[in-house]
Amino acid sequence: MYIVSSSAHHQPTKPVVQGVSYFLAHVPGLTCHGSKPSREIKKDPPLRESFRSHLRTFEEAVAYPPNQVFIGNLDPDDLAHVPSPWYKHPVRDGSRWGLFGEIMPEDEFYGMMKICDEFQLLLLEEGFVRAVAVKLRQHPLFSDADLLRLGNGVSLADIERQLADGATLPMYDRGGRLVGCVRTGHEEDPNLTAEILMENLSVRASGALALRHQVAATGRAEAVDFLLGGGEEAVGDRYNRGGGNMAKAIGELCGCSGAGGADIKAFCSGTVHAIVVAAGLVASGIFSDVVVVAGGSFAKLGMKFQGHLRHDMPILEDVIAAIAVRVGRDDGKSPVIRLDSIGKHEIGSGSSQQAIFDKLIAQPLDRLGLKFTQIDKYATEMHNPEITEPQGSGNVPRTNYRIIGSFAVLRGEIQRADLDRFVEEHGMLGFSSTQGHIASAVPVLGHAIRKMLSGERNNTMFVAKGSLFLGRMTQLADGMSFLLERNKGTQGGV
Amino acid sequence: MVLGAPDADSAELYAETVTEGDPSWAGALAGVSLGLPVFHIMEPVIKDQIDPALAVEHLGLMEIALDVEKISGVLERLRKSC
Repeated sequence: MYIVSSSAHHQPTKPVVQGVSYFLAHVPGLTCHGSKPSREIKKDPPLRESFRSHLRTFEEAVAYPPNQVFIGNLDPDDLAHVPSPWYKHPVRDGSRWGLFGEIMPEDEFYGMMKICDEFQLLLLEEGFVRAVAVKLRQHPLFSDADLLRLGNGVSLADIERQLADGATLPMYDRGGRLVGCVRTGHEEDPNLTAEILMENLSVRASGALALRHQVAATGRAEAVDFLLGGGEEAVGDRYNRGGGNMAKAIGELCGCSGAGGADIKAFCSGTVHAIVVAAGLVASGIFSDVVVVAGGSFAKLGMKFQGHLRHDMPILEDVIAAIAVRVGRDDGKSPVIRLDSIGKHEIGSGSSQQAIFDKLIAQPLDRLGLKFTQIDKYATEMHNPEITEPQGSGNVPRTNYRIIGSFAVLRGEIQRADLDRFVEEHGMLGFSSTQGHIASAVPVLGHAIRKMLSGERNNTMFVAKGSLFLGRMTQLADGMSFLLERNKGTQGGV
Repeated sequence: MVLGAPDADSAELYAETVTEGDPSWAGALAGVSLGLPVFHIMEPVIKDQIDPALAVEHLGLMEIALDVEKISGVLERLRKSC
């Protein structure tokens, strides 16, 4: 045991994951504002009609098996027993409420976006607001203060007048009824356009609801010391593009009055990077109660819609997803983040898949003296294949699991003939919407914790990769990994 | 055209796009038949042209992971039909 101080407060501790919450907003009306649909519909306006006719109802989104897995009502392994295509096999007793969070309907989420709006950027029609207020009053995570912030709305004529300026973005419901709009934040600032503000309000709203669920489950919002943002959004104006701080903006709406905060940026692997930083802050004693929070990836709404239309499928990327992960000091029961397991992609590592997986999985396992087969489950990019395959992106998790298994073959730990079995035993089916940082390993966290607490699982390795070339600054790859382990009940030293 | 697609289905989709035209009829190549010959980087005719040490470093792992035979079969059929 390594002890740097006799003071209990400064004694190094194992960081544990005390809880994780997930949130999905079903937003068919916003899906046309995703990057890909908005560009394609602009080029070909009649496309809007076939786009609209392929949007799902809220009931369909709730009953969609992968969404029920995401919020914890089904296990990832249950998907193997659901016939394909999953969208044709709804979960009969699917619920909007899950073990880890909820799936919120669009009208309530628009209300939450308005509650997040401190600068009168978002206008909602008054009749729509009245109906939403009735619903939010029934929701356990909304207060009277929220309803005051929701306000009374404006007339439809006011919204139509705003839209006439050409810089304001309309907000429709699933059926195409105009219910609101988002205005530009500054007429000469390309960083405060209505498009960017709509995106950032949706990130704040979804992140805050994930955090509210987390606080409701684990308690003591005011005890949170620090918030780390793990999302891919960029908040700022013309002088500080991407300056942040979404973490604090989210925490403000969740009673985290004692928390500082900052955002961690690492593309899709940002959330896993933030969890590792949180573990370090807790283990060092700098802070004892840290929450990693990330809102959704608005731009990715409808990203693969062309493949879905081609196959006459519903547009499945119609949800904004969010996560909140609470990392704290060892409590003797919550799963432990092994500090000696952290894998990182280094600048000099190279960008081949081989090099990335070597750094993120093989080297950490060597350090721990473990074989590939001693990891119960690997969590990688958990994209739902039903979303990606129709547009030619393949089955992302299966490819990743085959690469991991191939590494075990190369190292002589398994036979080539056993590759399929390795994938089946140590992998799982993808169940996350293609929400970038949200889909990257972390959807598995809730299920892993549940199984470790019940003693069904010993460990899970979380592996996230990022594509830095997208920002046109470097050709480097990126990635980070950590091992989560069942708590064996011994509190104290590292 | 050399592909690095992870499976036969996605290789076929990309190959169709640059031979017969975008099957989704949505992109810039909708209705445009380029008729390009398409190969996957794992097919021997391409891989054998790469420095063997470099091929092992960058492709060795993926060669085990991917179903190269199935991908080759799909692309061979498309090349013959062009």
